[in-house]
Amino acid sequence: MDFTLILFYVVAGVAAATAVGLLFSRNAVYAALFLVLNFACVAVFYLLLGAPFIAMAQITVYAGAIMVLFLFVIMLLGAEKLPRGGILPWQRPLAIGAAAILLAEAGYLLVQRVQSAAVLPDPGSFENSVSSLQQMAYLLFTDYLLPFEVTSILLLVAMVGAIVLTRQAKGAQR
Amino acid sequence: MTFALVLEWLIKGFVWVLILLGGFAYLTYYERRALARIQVRIGPNRAGPLGLLQPIADAVKLIFKEEFMPTQADKLLFFLAPIVTLVPALVITAVVPFGPESEPLVLFGREINWYIADLNVGVLYIMSIASIAVYGIVLAGWSSNNKYAMLGGLRSSAQMISYELALGLSFIGVILLANSPRMLDIVEAQRTGWFVLLQPVGAAIFLIATLAEVNRAPFDMPEAEQELAAGYHSEYGGMKFALLFMAEYDKMIAICTIAATLFFGGYLGPDITQLPLVGQYLNWATPFMGPVYMFLKVFILLFGMIWVRATLPRIRYDRLMAFGWKILLPLSLALIFITAVGILLAEDVASLYRWGIPVVSLVAGSLAILGMYQTLRRKEHARA
Repeated sequence: MDFTLILFYVVAGVAAATAVGLLFSRNAVYAALFLVLNFACVAVFYLLLGAPFIAMAQITVYAGAIMVLFLFVIMLLGAEKLPRGGILPWQRPLAIGAAAILLAEAGYLLVQRVQSAAVLPDPGSFENSVSSLQQMAYLLFTDYLLPFEVTSILLLVAMVGAIVLTRQAKGAQR
Repeated sequence: MTFALVLEWLIKGFVWVLILLGGFAYLTYYERRALARIQVRIGPNRAGPLGLLQPIADAVKLIFKEEFMPTQADKLLFFLAPIVTLVPALVITAVVPFGPESEPLVLFGREINWYIADLNVGVLYIMSIASIAVYGIVLAGWSSNNKYAMLGGLRSSAQMISYELALGLSFIGVILLANSPRMLDIVEAQRTGWFVLLQPVGAAIFLIATLAEVNRAPFDMPEAEQELAAGYHSEYGGMKFALLFMAEYDKMIAICTIAATLFFGGYLGPDITQLPLVGQYLNWATPFMGPVYMFLKVFILLFGMIWVRATLPRIRYDRLMAFGWKILLPLSLALIFITAVGILLAEDVASLYRWGIPVVSLVAGSLAILGMYQTLRRKEHARA
């Protein structure tokens, strides 16, 4: 058996287990940590697919920055213990329905594309990733310039919004 | 992937971890002696000649201390947190080369390169491991179930996220100059001149941001003794504390190694075969000079960190945040712009423009310092 295939199965198992752990843990800190592990597994998948840059970005941005902020907020609010019943009672049936649709879609695709789905890209492209990084940057600033700029403006708007919302009005009493 | 290759990686990784372990022990000794000298004391000098056995005595003391666990602590995370803190500190230097690729170490007829891993995205690897390093401290603070420890953990996460931005942006200047994120390419690009000469302000930002990343003085807010007892490790003792302690000092070694590689020419140094009189007999030693130069550079940079600790008082928390977001971040963005424009002008117009990068960036750095002085200096009305 191929080494990368064994690695894939192991990491996929860990990814699935951490996703289940995220859903069922009753402590928000543990849930956040399970999500971090899950992101790490996804980063390993990117590595297996020969995309080291995206793997590192996944770890830096999601596991490193965003989840630390999540953890920060959970700890700051002292909201570790999740309520048992859930706050939104209509959410559960809706979620079950949506999950059933997603599972059906995934199963359909799995049955239909069982031959072609398991073909991984040439691992030799891993060797070449500096040039692929340059190609990606080139594409990002030529063909995909507009989506790139729109995304950055979206982030800027979110940032300005956060500052406006948290700012105290001038001269107002607290 | 042959068995011999896996064995080679394992041995190299193991040796490097052992070096970091010994480095941690003797860095504490180095720091105590250097701090003592700066404070006009002598420092530890009783155990062994010059006190050289002091780290061993400390290690034995820590091993035999009682292991305790707070009853209300989160047992699993309390146990895991020191490990989660230590592992990033150990693995972050895996991509750092300690000698040129053209001069491998030949052992038992096998060529062994002077690095553990040669990643094409080496700098990004460092960035991603640095961003994970915060978890250990945050979890140590939270799982202790102690208000002081918790505040230490929260402070550290806020501080490390804030300074990570300036740190990542200072990496970009180096990547632009070397035209590659691979560590070996970055070092080889410095054969014509160390990047600290081309990018002095970037190197300064890197060193300041890494001081904040490893929570060293003057940015040691997570363990500010006067305010938080001992911060995130208040509840830790014995070997668990030793692991947190080791993580802090190994992080110091790691960032000095990375700083030496990115800005101070890494393993590059003068060719010893050119020495007068003895040079011709030293041909055998050239493959070993890379690690030696690296060690010297790391040694000097570590002294800089100890010197800073001995000299500067702890910065106030709101000023720490304001410094990171309002000064370091805009300044490092400006540096990227200056570097990119300088490289373009050097390529298209005249290569002399390359030296415009340090000049303009020093002007930008001086402006930032001037702005800081204007806001921080004592106001007229406060003087009376």
